[in-house]
Amino acid sequence: MSLTHQDVARIAKLARINVSDEEIAAVGNQLNNIFGLIEKMQAVNTDGIEPMAHPQDVSLRLREDIVTQTNQREAFQAVAPQVEKGLFLVPKVIE
Amino acid sequence: MTNATLKQLSQQLAAGEVSSVELATHYLDRIEALNPQLNAFITVDRVRTLADAAAADAARVAGQAGLLTGVPMVHKDIFCQQGWKTSCGSKMLDNFISPYSAHVVEQCNAAGLVTLGRANMDEFAMGSSNENSFYGAVKNPWDLNAIPGGSSGGSAAAVAARLTPVATATDTGGSIRQPASHCGVTGIKPTYGVVSRYGMVAYASSLDQGGPIAQTAEDCALMLNVMAGFDERDSTSLERAREDYTRELNQPLAGLRVGLPREYFADGLDADVAKVIEDAVAELKKQGAQVVDISLPNTELSIPAYYVIAPAEASTNLSRFDGVRYGHRAADYKDLVDMYEKTRAEGFGAEVKRRILVGSYVLSHGYYDAYYLKAQKIRRLIANDFNAAFEQCDVILGPVAPTAAFNIGEKSGDPVQMYLSDIYTLSVNLAGLPGMSVPAGFDRRGRPVGLQIIGNYFGEAKMLNVAHQFQLATDWHTRAPAL
Repeated sequence: MSLTHQDVARIAKLARINVSDEEIAAVGNQLNNIFGLIEKMQAVNTDGIEPMAHPQDVSLRLREDIVTQTNQREAFQAVAPQVEKGLFLVPKVIE
Repeated sequence: MTNATLKQLSQQLAAGEVSSVELATHYLDRIEALNPQLNAFITVDRVRTLADAAAADAARVAGQAGLLTGVPMVHKDIFCQQGWKTSCGSKMLDNFISPYSAHVVEQCNAAGLVTLGRANMDEFAMGSSNENSFYGAVKNPWDLNAIPGGSSGGSAAAVAARLTPVATATDTGGSIRQPASHCGVTGIKPTYGVVSRYGMVAYASSLDQGGPIAQTAEDCALMLNVMAGFDERDSTSLERAREDYTRELNQPLAGLRVGLPREYFADGLDADVAKVIEDAVAELKKQGAQVVDISLPNTELSIPAYYVIAPAEASTNLSRFDGVRYGHRAADYKDLVDMYEKTRAEGFGAEVKRRILVGSYVLSHGYYDAYYLKAQKIRRLIANDFNAAFEQCDVILGPVAPTAAFNIGEKSGDPVQMYLSDIYTLSVNLAGLPGMSVPAGFDRRGRPVGLQIIGNYFGEAKMLNVAHQFQLATDWHTRAPAL
Protein backbone atom coordinates (compact mmCIF):
# COMPACT_ATOMS: atom_id res chain seq x y z
CA MET A 1 0.00 0.00 0.00
CA SER A 2 1.21 3.49 -0.76
CA LEU A 3 -0.72 6.66 -0.01
CA THR A 4 -0.70 9.30 -2.74
CA HIS A 5 -0.75 13.04 -2.08
CA GLN A 6 -4.46 13.00 -2.87
CA ASP A 7 -4.98 10.28 -0.25
CA VAL A 8 -3.11 12.34 2.34
CA ALA A 9 -5.17 15.42 1.47
CA ARG A 10 -8.38 13.40 1.85
CA ILE A 11 -7.30 11.97 5.23
CA ALA A 12 -6.31 15.45 6.44
CA LYS A 13 -9.74 16.70 5.39
CA LEU A 14 -11.42 13.86 7.34
CA ALA A 15 -9.27 14.68 10.37
CA ARG A 16 -9.97 18.42 10.06
CA ILE A 17 -6.27 19.21 10.16
CA ASN A 18 -4.88 21.66 7.66
CA VAL A 19 -1.84 20.11 5.92
CA SER A 20 -0.16 22.61 3.62
CA ASP A 21 1.13 21.77 0.12
CA GLU A 22 4.69 22.14 1.45
CA GLU A 23 4.07 19.59 4.22
CA ILE A 24 2.16 17.01 2.23
CA ALA A 25 5.13 15.08 0.78
CA ALA A 26 6.87 14.69 4.15
CA VAL A 27 3.64 13.73 5.94
CA GLY A 28 2.86 11.22 3.18
CA ASN A 29 6.30 9.61 3.53
CA GLN A 30 5.93 9.24 7.27
CA LEU A 31 2.44 7.79 6.96
CA ASN A 32 3.66 5.30 4.35
CA ASN A 33 6.47 4.20 6.68
CA ILE A 34 3.98 3.72 9.50
CA PHE A 35 1.62 1.75 7.27
CA GLY A 36 4.60 -0.37 6.20
CA LEU A 37 4.77 -1.44 9.84
CA ILE A 38 1.01 -1.85 10.22
CA GLU A 39 0.60 -3.98 7.10
CA LYS A 40 2.51 -6.82 8.82
CA MET A 41 -0.82 -7.60 10.49
CA GLN A 42 -2.37 -8.66 7.22
CA ALA A 43 -0.21 -11.79 6.96
CA VAL A 44 -1.76 -13.24 10.13
CA ASN A 45 -4.68 -15.64 9.88
CA THR A 46 -7.40 -14.39 12.25
CA ASP A 47 -10.30 -16.45 10.90
CA GLY A 48 -12.77 -17.25 13.65
CA ILE A 49 -11.05 -15.00 16.21
CA GLU A 50 -13.43 -12.82 18.21
CA PRO A 51 -12.32 -9.13 18.19
CA MET A 52 -11.34 -7.85 21.66
CA ALA A 53 -12.62 -4.40 22.62
CA HIS A 54 -12.20 -4.55 26.39
CA PRO A 55 -9.77 -6.69 28.40
CA GLN A 56 -12.46 -8.03 30.73
CA ASP A 57 -15.10 -8.16 27.99
CA VAL A 58 -17.52 -6.40 30.32
CA SER A 59 -20.55 -4.66 28.90
CA LEU A 60 -21.18 -1.00 29.60
CA ARG A 61 -23.12 -0.22 32.75
CA LEU A 62 -26.40 1.64 32.58
CA ARG A 63 -27.24 4.25 35.19
CA GLU A 64 -30.52 5.49 36.56
CA ASP A 65 -32.02 8.28 34.46
CA ILE A 66 -31.68 10.92 37.16
CA VAL A 67 -29.96 14.31 37.37
CA THR A 68 -26.46 13.95 38.87
CA GLN A 69 -24.71 17.12 37.72
CA THR A 70 -25.43 20.66 38.75
CA ASN A 71 -25.31 23.50 36.22
CA GLN A 72 -21.75 24.82 35.95
CA ARG A 73 -22.13 26.83 32.78
CA GLU A 74 -20.11 29.81 34.02
CA ALA A 75 -17.18 27.67 35.16
CA PHE A 76 -17.10 25.76 31.87
CA GLN A 77 -17.55 28.83 29.68
CA ALA A 78 -14.75 30.64 31.50
CA VAL A 79 -12.30 28.49 29.51
CA ALA A 80 -14.09 28.82 26.14
CA PRO A 81 -12.47 30.75 23.27
CA GLN A 82 -15.56 32.88 22.54
CA VAL A 83 -18.87 33.12 24.38
CA GLU A 84 -21.74 35.58 24.48
CA LYS A 85 -24.80 35.59 26.72
CA GLY A 86 -24.08 32.04 27.88
CA LEU A 87 -23.65 30.69 24.34
CA PHE A 88 -20.54 29.31 22.62
CA LEU A 89 -19.82 31.36 19.50
CA VAL A 90 -18.77 29.77 16.19
CA PRO A 91 -18.46 31.23 12.68
CA LYS A 92 -21.76 31.62 10.88
CA VAL A 93 -22.94 28.26 9.48
CA ILE A 94 -26.45 29.13 8.21
CA GLU A 95 -26.98 32.00 5.75
CA MET B 1 14.86 14.46 53.74
CA THR B 2 15.83 14.55 50.07
CA ASN B 3 16.05 10.78 49.62
CA ALA B 4 13.21 9.93 51.98
CA THR B 5 10.49 7.64 50.69
CA LEU B 6 6.78 8.36 50.84
CA LYS B 7 6.52 5.96 53.77
CA GLN B 8 9.35 7.60 55.69
CA LEU B 9 7.90 11.06 55.12
CA SER B 10 4.51 9.92 56.37
CA GLN B 11 6.18 8.54 59.53
CA GLN B 12 8.15 11.75 60.08
CA LEU B 13 4.97 13.81 59.73
CA ALA B 14 3.11 11.53 62.14
CA ALA B 15 5.95 11.77 64.69
CA GLY B 16 5.94 15.57 64.44
CA GLU B 17 9.57 15.60 63.26
CA VAL B 18 8.67 17.74 60.27
CA SER B 19 5.67 19.76 59.10
CA SER B 20 4.00 19.62 55.73
CA VAL B 21 4.97 23.26 55.11
CA GLU B 22 8.62 22.40 55.78
CA LEU B 23 8.43 19.44 53.41
CA ALA B 24 6.72 21.43 50.67
CA THR B 25 9.28 24.22 51.04
CA HIS B 26 12.15 21.74 50.79
CA TYR B 27 10.84 20.20 47.57
CA LEU B 28 9.80 23.54 46.03
CA ASP B 29 13.32 24.84 46.65
CA ARG B 30 14.80 21.74 44.99
CA ILE B 31 12.45 22.15 42.02
CA GLU B 32 13.43 25.80 41.70
CA ALA B 33 17.13 24.90 41.78
CA LEU B 34 17.13 21.81 39.55
CA ASN B 35 14.16 22.07 37.20
CA PRO B 36 15.85 24.57 34.85
CA GLN B 37 18.22 21.78 33.73
CA LEU B 38 15.61 18.97 33.76
CA ASN B 39 12.42 20.65 32.48
CA ALA B 40 10.36 18.06 34.38
CA PHE B 41 7.61 20.52 35.33
CA ILE B 42 5.11 22.49 33.29
CA THR B 43 3.53 24.32 36.22
CA VAL B 44 4.67 25.09 39.78
CA ASP B 45 2.56 27.28 42.06
CA ARG B 46 4.42 27.94 45.32
CA VAL B 47 1.68 30.03 46.94
CA ARG B 48 -1.00 27.46 46.34
CA THR B 49 1.19 24.51 47.38
CA LEU B 50 2.19 26.20 50.64
CA ALA B 51 -1.46 27.02 51.39
CA ASP B 52 -2.40 23.36 50.83
CA ALA B 53 0.51 22.27 53.04
CA ALA B 54 -0.59 24.67 55.80
CA ALA B 55 -4.10 23.23 55.58
CA ALA B 56 -2.64 19.72 55.92
CA ASP B 57 -0.70 20.79 59.01
CA ALA B 58 -3.88 22.29 60.46
CA ALA B 59 -5.76 19.04 59.79
CA ARG B 60 -3.05 17.17 61.67
CA VAL B 61 -3.30 19.53 64.66
CA ALA B 62 -7.06 18.98 64.61
CA GLY B 63 -6.51 15.22 64.77
CA GLN B 64 -7.87 14.64 61.27
CA ALA B 65 -4.68 13.39 59.60
CA GLY B 66 -4.62 10.18 57.58
CA LEU B 67 -1.62 8.08 56.63
CA LEU B 68 -0.48 10.39 53.81
CA THR B 69 -1.82 13.75 54.99
CA GLY B 70 0.70 16.49 54.21
CA VAL B 71 2.98 14.37 52.01
CA PRO B 72 3.96 16.23 48.84
CA MET B 73 3.37 14.77 45.37
CA VAL B 74 3.26 15.68 41.68
CA HIS B 75 0.53 15.10 39.10
CA LYS B 76 1.22 14.30 35.46
CA ASP B 77 -0.23 17.18 33.44
CA ILE B 78 -2.82 14.80 31.96
CA PHE B 79 -4.98 14.67 35.12
CA CYS B 80 -7.46 17.54 35.28
CA GLN B 81 -6.97 19.46 38.52
CA GLN B 82 -9.39 22.22 39.43
CA GLY B 83 -7.76 25.64 39.25
CA TRP B 84 -4.48 24.32 37.79
CA LYS B 85 -3.42 24.57 34.18
CA THR B 86 -3.95 21.12 32.65
CA SER B 87 -2.09 21.31 29.33
CA CYS B 88 -1.45 17.63 28.57
CA GLY B 89 1.84 18.83 27.09
CA SER B 90 -0.01 20.54 24.22
CA LYS B 91 -0.30 24.02 22.80
CA MET B 92 -3.96 23.08 22.33
CA LEU B 93 -4.50 23.24 26.11
CA ASP B 94 -1.86 25.83 26.98
CA ASN B 95 -4.60 28.18 28.17
CA PHE B 96 -6.77 25.53 29.85
CA ILE B 97 -7.33 26.03 33.58
CA SER B 98 -9.34 22.97 34.53
CA PRO B 99 -12.78 23.72 36.00
CA TYR B 100 -12.91 20.26 37.64
CA SER B 101 -10.68 17.52 39.03
CA ALA B 102 -10.03 13.98 37.86
CA HIS B 103 -11.12 11.11 40.11
CA VAL B 104 -7.45 10.35 40.84
CA VAL B 105 -6.84 13.97 41.88
CA GLU B 106 -9.93 13.95 44.12
CA GLN B 107 -8.68 10.75 45.77
CA CYS B 108 -5.22 12.25 46.35
CA ASN B 109 -6.75 15.43 47.76
CA ALA B 110 -9.02 13.42 50.03
CA ALA B 111 -5.97 11.53 51.32
CA GLY B 112 -4.40 14.89 52.22
CA LEU B 113 -1.56 14.74 49.69
CA VAL B 114 -0.18 18.17 48.73
CA THR B 115 0.42 18.97 45.04
CA LEU B 116 3.89 20.42 44.32
CA GLY B 117 3.27 20.93 40.62
CA ARG B 118 2.37 19.43 37.28
CA ALA B 119 4.76 17.14 35.43
CA ASN B 120 5.87 17.57 31.83
CA MET B 121 4.90 14.83 29.36
CA ASP B 122 4.74 13.92 25.68
CA GLU B 123 1.86 15.81 24.06
CA PHE B 124 -1.40 13.96 24.78
CA ALA B 125 0.74 11.06 26.12
CA MET B 126 1.92 10.18 22.61
CA GLY B 127 5.61 9.40 22.67
CA SER B 128 8.38 7.28 24.14
CA SER B 129 10.98 10.00 24.73
CA ASN B 130 9.26 13.12 26.06
CA GLU B 131 10.56 15.04 23.07
CA ASN B 132 6.98 15.61 21.90
CA SER B 133 6.04 18.13 24.60
CA PHE B 134 5.00 21.65 23.55
CA TYR B 135 7.05 22.75 26.60
CA GLY B 136 10.28 21.14 25.37
CA ALA B 137 12.02 17.86 26.06
CA VAL B 138 12.53 16.58 29.61
CA LYS B 139 16.14 15.63 30.40
CA ASN B 140 17.14 12.39 32.09
CA PRO B 141 18.54 13.24 35.56
CA TRP B 142 21.18 10.48 35.15
CA ASP B 143 22.52 11.99 31.94
CA LEU B 144 21.24 15.28 30.58
CA ASN B 145 21.95 14.11 27.01
CA ALA B 146 19.55 11.19 27.40
CA ILE B 147 15.79 11.05 27.10
CA PRO B 148 13.89 10.27 30.32
CA GLY B 149 11.44 8.03 28.45
CA GLY B 150 7.83 8.81 27.77
CA SER B 151 5.17 9.70 27.92
CA SER B 152 5.37 10.15 31.73
CA GLY B 153 8.95 11.43 31.47
CA GLY B 154 8.38 14.43 33.74
CA SER B 155 6.90 12.23 36.48
CA ALA B 156 9.78 9.73 36.30
CA ALA B 157 12.50 12.39 36.09
CA ALA B 158 11.00 14.32 39.04
CA VAL B 159 11.02 11.20 41.27
CA ALA B 160 14.53 10.22 40.11
CA ALA B 161 15.90 13.70 40.84
CA ARG B 162 14.17 13.62 44.24
CA LEU B 163 12.03 16.65 43.35
CA THR B 164 9.07 14.72 44.75
CA PRO B 165 8.67 11.42 46.58
CA VAL B 166 5.88 10.29 44.25
CA ALA B 167 4.10 11.26 41.04
CA THR B 168 1.01 10.14 39.18
CA ALA B 169 1.47 8.87 35.63
CA THR B 170 -0.45 7.09 32.88
CA ASP B 171 0.38 4.12 30.66
CA THR B 172 -1.26 3.45 27.28
CA GLY B 173 1.60 1.52 25.67
CA GLY B 174 4.36 1.66 28.30
CA SER B 175 4.24 5.28 29.46
CA ILE B 176 4.68 4.45 33.17
CA ARG B 177 7.06 1.49 32.88
CA GLN B 178 9.45 2.77 30.21
CA PRO B 179 10.25 6.17 31.80
CA ALA B 180 10.45 4.48 35.23
CA SER B 181 12.99 2.06 33.73
CA HIS B 182 15.00 4.82 32.02
CA CYS B 183 15.08 6.99 35.16
CA GLY B 184 15.81 4.24 37.71
CA VAL B 185 12.53 4.52 39.64
CA THR B 186 9.62 2.19 40.40
CA GLY B 187 6.30 2.44 38.56
CA ILE B 188 3.19 0.31 38.23
CA LYS B 189 0.43 0.25 35.63
CA PRO B 190 -2.54 -1.57 37.18
CA THR B 191 -5.00 -3.89 35.46
CA TYR B 192 -7.17 -1.96 32.98
CA GLY B 193 -10.24 -0.68 34.85
CA VAL B 194 -8.68 -0.49 38.34
CA VAL B 195 -7.92 3.27 38.31
CA SER B 196 -10.67 5.59 37.08
CA ARG B 197 -10.06 7.43 33.82
CA TYR B 198 -12.52 10.20 34.77
CA GLY B 199 -10.78 13.53 34.22
CA MET B 200 -7.70 11.91 32.70
CA VAL B 201 -7.35 13.45 29.24
CA ALA B 202 -8.17 10.56 26.89
CA TYR B 203 -5.68 9.16 24.39
CA ALA B 204 -6.69 5.54 23.61
CA SER B 205 -9.55 4.76 25.94
CA SER B 206 -9.43 0.96 25.74
CA LEU B 207 -5.75 1.02 26.78
CA ASP B 208 -5.25 4.11 29.02
CA GLN B 209 -4.59 3.40 32.69
CA GLY B 210 -3.26 5.58 35.52
CA GLY B 211 -0.76 4.53 38.15
CA PRO B 212 2.02 5.82 40.45
CA ILE B 213 5.77 6.31 40.04
CA ALA B 214 7.85 6.36 43.25
CA GLN B 215 11.21 5.22 44.63
CA THR B 216 9.98 1.90 46.01
CA ALA B 217 7.39 -0.81 45.44
CA GLU B 218 6.09 -0.19 48.95
CA ASP B 219 5.43 3.48 48.10
CA CYS B 220 3.70 2.42 44.87
CA ALA B 221 1.44 0.12 46.92
CA LEU B 222 0.56 2.96 49.30
CA MET B 223 -0.24 5.27 46.37
CA LEU B 224 -2.27 2.64 44.57
CA ASN B 225 -4.37 2.30 47.72
CA VAL B 226 -5.24 5.98 47.20
CA MET B 227 -5.64 5.99 43.41
CA ALA B 228 -7.53 2.72 42.77
CA GLY B 229 -11.22 2.11 43.24
CA PHE B 230 -14.55 1.95 41.45
CA ASP B 231 -15.85 5.21 39.99
CA GLU B 232 -19.20 5.21 38.24
CA ARG B 233 -18.16 8.22 36.12
CA ASP B 234 -15.75 6.02 34.15
CA SER B 235 -17.80 3.58 32.07
CA THR B 236 -14.98 0.99 32.09
CA SER B 237 -14.15 1.30 35.79
CA LEU B 238 -14.48 -2.15 37.35
CA GLU B 239 -16.86 -2.73 40.26
CA ARG B 240 -14.59 -4.48 42.70
CA ALA B 241 -14.15 -4.36 46.46
CA ARG B 242 -11.33 -2.07 47.62
CA GLU B 243 -8.12 -3.93 48.30
CA ASP B 244 -4.99 -3.22 50.31
CA TYR B 245 -2.09 -3.40 47.86
CA THR B 246 0.43 -3.62 50.72
CA ARG B 247 -1.06 -6.85 52.06
CA GLU B 248 1.36 -9.27 50.38
CA LEU B 249 4.54 -7.16 50.49
CA ASN B 250 6.28 -9.22 53.17
CA GLN B 251 5.55 -12.70 51.86
CA PRO B 252 8.64 -14.78 51.07
CA LEU B 253 9.11 -15.72 47.40
CA ALA B 254 9.82 -19.44 47.93
CA GLY B 255 7.86 -21.44 45.37
CA LEU B 256 7.02 -18.40 43.21
CA ARG B 257 6.85 -19.44 39.54
CA VAL B 258 8.56 -16.86 37.34
CA GLY B 259 7.94 -17.03 33.59
CA LEU B 260 10.62 -15.83 31.16
CA PRO B 261 9.16 -15.31 27.67
CA ARG B 262 11.78 -16.37 25.15
CA GLU B 263 10.57 -13.70 22.69
CA TYR B 264 11.69 -11.01 25.19
CA PHE B 265 15.30 -12.24 25.10
CA ALA B 266 15.67 -12.61 21.33
CA ASP B 267 17.51 -10.45 18.79
CA GLY B 268 17.38 -6.74 19.40
CA LEU B 269 17.89 -6.86 23.16
CA ASP B 270 20.97 -4.91 24.26
CA ALA B 271 23.57 -7.15 25.95
CA ASP B 272 23.86 -4.89 29.02
CA VAL B 273 20.09 -4.90 29.51
CA ALA B 274 20.02 -8.70 29.10
CA LYS B 275 22.74 -9.03 31.78
CA VAL B 276 20.81 -6.81 34.22
CA ILE B 277 17.67 -8.91 33.77
CA GLU B 278 19.62 -12.18 34.16
CA ASP B 279 21.12 -10.91 37.41
CA ALA B 280 17.71 -9.86 38.69
CA VAL B 281 16.27 -13.28 37.88
CA ALA B 282 19.23 -14.89 39.65
CA GLU B 283 18.45 -12.82 42.77
CA LEU B 284 14.84 -14.01 42.76
CA LYS B 285 15.98 -17.61 42.28
CA LYS B 286 18.21 -17.18 45.31
CA GLN B 287 15.05 -16.29 47.21
CA GLY B 288 13.39 -19.52 46.15
CA ALA B 289 11.63 -18.58 42.91
CA GLN B 290 11.41 -21.22 40.16
CA VAL B 291 12.07 -20.16 36.59
CA VAL B 292 9.70 -21.37 33.85
CA ASP B 293 10.42 -21.05 30.14
CA ILE B 294 7.35 -19.60 28.43
CA SER B 295 6.40 -18.31 24.99
CA LEU B 296 4.39 -15.27 23.92
CA PRO B 297 4.46 -16.01 20.18
CA ASN B 298 2.50 -12.97 19.02
CA THR B 299 4.70 -10.39 20.76
CA GLU B 300 5.90 -8.80 17.50
CA LEU B 301 2.33 -8.26 16.34
CA SER B 302 1.71 -6.00 19.32
CA ILE B 303 3.42 -3.15 17.46
CA PRO B 304 1.16 -3.06 14.37
CA ALA B 305 -1.95 -3.86 16.46
CA TYR B 306 -1.17 -1.07 18.92
CA TYR B 307 -0.33 1.46 16.20
CA VAL B 308 -3.78 0.86 14.69
CA ILE B 309 -5.89 0.71 17.86
CA ALA B 310 -4.25 3.61 19.69
CA PRO B 311 -4.31 6.08 16.75
CA ALA B 312 -7.88 5.05 15.87
CA GLU B 313 -9.09 5.76 19.39
CA ALA B 314 -6.96 8.90 19.56
CA SER B 315 -8.45 10.28 16.35
CA THR B 316 -11.90 9.84 17.89
CA ASN B 317 -11.01 11.19 21.34
CA LEU B 318 -9.10 14.19 20.02
CA SER B 319 -11.96 15.26 17.75
CA ARG B 320 -13.18 17.15 20.85
CA PHE B 321 -10.45 19.74 20.30
CA ASP B 322 -12.37 21.89 17.87
CA GLY B 323 -11.68 25.40 19.16
CA VAL B 324 -15.25 25.85 20.38
CA ARG B 325 -15.60 24.86 24.03
CA TYR B 326 -12.05 25.04 25.39
CA GLY B 327 -8.44 25.26 24.33
CA HIS B 328 -6.76 26.96 21.42
CA ARG B 329 -8.64 28.65 18.58
CA ALA B 330 -6.94 29.99 15.43
CA ALA B 331 -6.98 33.78 15.12
CA ASP B 332 -8.10 34.05 11.47
CA TYR B 333 -10.51 31.84 9.54
CA LYS B 334 -13.05 32.20 6.80
CA ASP B 335 -15.70 29.70 7.97
CA LEU B 336 -16.39 26.92 10.47
CA VAL B 337 -14.42 24.17 8.68
CA ASP B 338 -11.50 26.53 8.12
CA MET B 339 -11.60 27.37 11.83
CA TYR B 340 -11.44 23.66 12.75
CA GLU B 341 -8.64 22.89 10.32
CA LYS B 342 -6.44 25.85 11.28
CA THR B 343 -7.11 25.46 15.01
CA ARG B 344 -6.07 21.80 14.92
CA ALA B 345 -3.09 22.40 12.61
CA GLU B 346 -1.79 25.09 15.01
CA GLY B 347 -2.73 23.42 18.29
CA PHE B 348 -1.38 19.90 17.73
CA GLY B 349 2.28 18.91 17.37
CA ALA B 350 3.69 16.68 14.61
CA GLU B 351 3.38 13.29 16.36
CA VAL B 352 -0.18 13.94 17.52
CA LYS B 353 -1.17 14.95 13.99
CA ARG B 354 0.46 11.80 12.57
CA ARG B 355 -1.51 9.57 14.91
CA ILE B 356 -4.77 11.39 14.23
CA LEU B 357 -4.18 11.00 10.49
CA VAL B 358 -3.39 7.28 10.84
CA GLY B 359 -6.48 6.84 12.99
CA SER B 360 -8.71 8.80 10.63
CA TYR B 361 -7.56 6.63 7.75
CA VAL B 362 -8.01 3.24 9.44
CA LEU B 363 -11.50 4.22 10.61
CA SER B 364 -12.54 5.70 7.26
CA HIS B 365 -15.22 4.15 5.10
CA GLY B 366 -14.21 0.77 3.70
CA TYR B 367 -11.09 0.28 5.85
CA TYR B 368 -12.53 -0.50 9.28
CA ASP B 369 -12.48 -4.30 8.90
CA ALA B 370 -9.01 -4.40 7.37
CA TYR B 371 -7.42 -2.36 10.14
CA TYR B 372 -9.32 -1.74 13.38
CA LEU B 373 -11.21 -5.04 13.45
CA LYS B 374 -8.11 -6.94 12.34
CA ALA B 375 -6.08 -5.28 15.12
CA GLN B 376 -8.76 -6.17 17.68
CA LYS B 377 -8.53 -9.82 16.60
CA ILE B 378 -4.76 -9.76 17.00
CA ARG B 379 -5.33 -8.18 20.37
CA ARG B 380 -7.31 -11.30 21.32
CA LEU B 381 -4.44 -13.54 20.14
CA ILE B 382 -2.02 -11.57 22.33
CA ALA B 383 -4.33 -11.85 25.37
CA ASN B 384 -4.69 -15.59 24.70
CA ASP B 385 -0.88 -15.93 24.75
CA PHE B 386 -0.77 -14.38 28.22
CA ASN B 387 -3.66 -16.53 29.48
CA ALA B 388 -1.79 -19.66 28.38
CA ALA B 389 1.45 -18.41 29.95
CA PHE B 390 -0.21 -17.70 33.31
CA GLU B 391 -1.28 -21.36 33.50
CA GLN B 392 2.42 -22.09 34.05
CA CYS B 393 3.66 -19.14 36.11
CA ASP B 394 2.61 -16.52 38.70
CA VAL B 395 4.45 -13.53 37.23
CA ILE B 396 6.32 -12.87 33.98
CA LEU B 397 9.70 -11.13 34.02
CA GLY B 398 11.60 -9.42 31.25
CA PRO B 399 13.12 -6.17 30.07
CA VAL B 400 11.03 -2.99 29.78
CA ALA B 401 12.81 -1.70 26.69
CA PRO B 402 15.45 -3.10 24.30
CA THR B 403 18.07 -0.57 25.47
CA ALA B 404 18.64 1.89 28.28
CA ALA B 405 17.68 5.51 27.51
CA PHE B 406 18.80 6.68 24.08
CA ASN B 407 20.09 10.17 23.35
CA ILE B 408 17.85 13.16 22.86
CA GLY B 409 17.38 13.59 19.10
CA GLU B 410 18.55 10.05 18.28
CA LYS B 411 15.16 8.76 17.12
CA SER B 412 13.01 11.88 16.93
CA GLY B 413 13.25 12.06 13.13
CA ASP B 414 12.06 8.49 12.60
CA PRO B 415 8.69 7.64 14.16
CA VAL B 416 8.89 3.96 13.13
CA GLN B 417 12.21 3.46 14.98
CA MET B 418 10.62 5.06 18.04
CA TYR B 419 7.59 2.75 17.80
CA LEU B 420 9.78 -0.37 17.57
CA SER B 421 11.34 0.43 20.96
CA ASP B 422 7.92 -0.18 22.59
CA ILE B 423 8.09 -3.93 21.82
CA TYR B 424 8.11 -5.23 25.42
CA THR B 425 5.43 -2.95 26.84
CA LEU B 426 2.63 -2.69 24.26
CA SER B 427 1.26 -6.22 24.60
CA VAL B 428 0.55 -5.70 28.33
CA ASN B 429 -1.78 -2.80 27.49
CA LEU B 430 -3.42 -4.69 24.64
CA ALA B 431 -4.17 -7.58 27.03
CA GLY B 432 -5.18 -5.15 29.81
CA LEU B 433 -2.76 -6.74 32.28
CA PRO B 434 -0.86 -5.02 35.10
CA GLY B 435 2.84 -4.33 34.58
CA MET B 436 5.58 -2.63 36.52
CA SER B 437 9.21 -1.54 36.27
CA VAL B 438 11.70 -1.94 39.10
CA PRO B 439 15.27 -0.53 39.10
CA ALA B 440 17.65 -3.44 38.52
CA GLY B 441 20.99 -2.04 37.36
CA PHE B 442 22.80 0.19 34.87
CA ASP B 443 24.20 -0.16 31.36
CA ARG B 444 27.82 0.55 30.31
CA ARG B 445 27.10 4.26 30.11
CA GLY B 446 25.65 4.39 33.62
CA ARG B 447 22.05 4.71 32.45
CA PRO B 448 19.44 2.88 34.56
CA VAL B 449 17.78 -0.38 33.48
CA GLY B 450 14.46 -1.58 34.84
CA LEU B 451 13.13 -5.08 35.34
CA GLN B 452 9.60 -5.52 34.04
CA ILE B 453 7.19 -7.58 36.14
CA ILE B 454 3.95 -8.55 34.40
CA GLY B 455 1.14 -9.95 36.53
CA ASN B 456 -2.07 -11.75 35.82
CA TYR B 457 -5.33 -9.75 35.94
CA PHE B 458 -5.64 -8.12 39.41
CA GLY B 459 -2.21 -9.50 40.34
CA GLU B 460 -0.91 -6.11 41.55
CA ALA B 461 -0.39 -7.21 45.17
CA LYS B 462 1.66 -10.21 44.02
CA MET B 463 3.79 -8.08 41.67
CA LEU B 464 4.39 -5.51 44.41
CA ASN B 465 5.36 -8.40 46.70
CA VAL B 466 7.96 -9.61 44.19
CA ALA B 467 9.27 -6.08 43.68
CA HIS B 468 9.43 -5.36 47.42
CA GLN B 469 11.31 -8.59 48.19
CA PHE B 470 13.72 -7.76 45.36
CA GLN B 471 14.23 -4.27 46.81
CA LEU B 472 14.87 -5.65 50.30
CA ALA B 473 17.80 -7.61 48.82
CA THR B 474 19.15 -4.98 46.39
CA ASP B 475 19.91 -1.26 46.53
CA TRP B 476 19.34 -0.18 42.91
CA HIS B 477 16.18 1.72 43.92
CA THR B 478 18.14 3.74 46.50
CA ARG B 479 20.65 5.07 43.94
CA ALA B 480 20.09 8.71 43.04
CA PRO B 481 21.68 10.73 40.24
CA ALA B 482 24.30 13.36 41.09
CA LEU B 483 22.78 16.73 40.25
